[in-house]
Amino acid sequence: MKVTINGMAHDLPAGTTVGQAVRELTAAPGGVAVALNDEVVRRGDWESTALGENDRVEVLTAVQGG
Amino acid sequence: MDTRMDAAPDDALELGGEKFRSRLIMGTGGAPSLDVLDDALVASGTEITTVAMRRLDPAAQGSVLDVLHRRGIKVLPNTAGCFTAGEAVLTARLAREALGTSWVKLEVINDERTLLPDPIETFDAAERLVADGFTVLPYIGDDPALARRLEQAGCAAVMPLGSPIGSGLGIRNPHNIELIVESAGVPVILDAGVGTASDAALAMELGCDAVLLATAVTRARRPALMAAAMRDAVVAGRMARLAGRIPRRRYAEASSPAIAPATKDR
Repeated sequence: MKVTINGMAHDLPAGTTVGQAVRELTAAPGGVAVALNDEVVRRGDWESTALGENDRVEVLTAVQGG
Repeated sequence: MDTRMDAAPDDALELGGEKFRSRLIMGTGGAPSLDVLDDALVASGTEITTVAMRRLDPAAQGSVLDVLHRRGIKVLPNTAGCFTAGEAVLTARLAREALGTSWVKLEVINDERTLLPDPIETFDAAERLVADGFTVLPYIGDDPALARRLEQAGCAAVMPLGSPIGSGLGIRNPHNIELIVESAGVPVILDAGVGTASDAALAMELGCDAVLLATAVTRARRPALMAAAMRDAVVAGRMARLAGRIPRRRYAEASSPAIAPATKDR
């Protein structure tokens, strides 16, 4: 199953969840938020939300700015 | 409270239903390191500081959030980098999820070269975010009509620019800033363009309720020293505004008694 995480192509097993996708990037996901195809996925729904083919996942955090 | 503000001890900034002693809101962009930023934030006395939302970088060392949490500074996420209302609304929602705050500095720019705010997209995003329960602080041009419309739309403040972001050109249209202040029923926060302390003082003298700045401090040769200068400039400008400046006159007005001196032979 091909999904895009923060603009990078990933090949993940079918049934991979948002939570597993986040852990591809970081082991300590505090202060992080996730959008799946431009919709926010609440943290409480990460483990129950399965990714589908060609999904776009954005994992954001706060950085210096403004 | 800083003893220098004893002249106006109860002069809190009321913003979004909260009270703040400092009227200097800091940004975090442009600091060469988190240590330099930390020193500057402490020296500024700020109680609110902006952050941007970006893709998680697994290799990043340390976090600006750690600095803000350690110092007890309120985190104000912005929507910098957004060009459309849709992008800004999504970014605000992600910030709310990531940071646990419904405050957002709404920033929707129109082009990369000037980074000037897009009034149409900003207004559209403001309406949607207010409806979604956000405390919306929109960055706008120095446009009194747009400021009024955003206030009517339910924004908690308006944040007109002095001049383009990072330009250090100061306040290019003080008259418009005064017009915005005169009709505003929400706090007016001068945002962007401050180059040095006198710009921040002028903003407060014009009647702004607070000043937001970043580059002027973070890219100064000595950031913490400039942060302290900005802290004092905002306090001085606020006190001057409350004190009431004298009117400008074309000619001199003697400040000494108008009785002729004893030796008057000439």
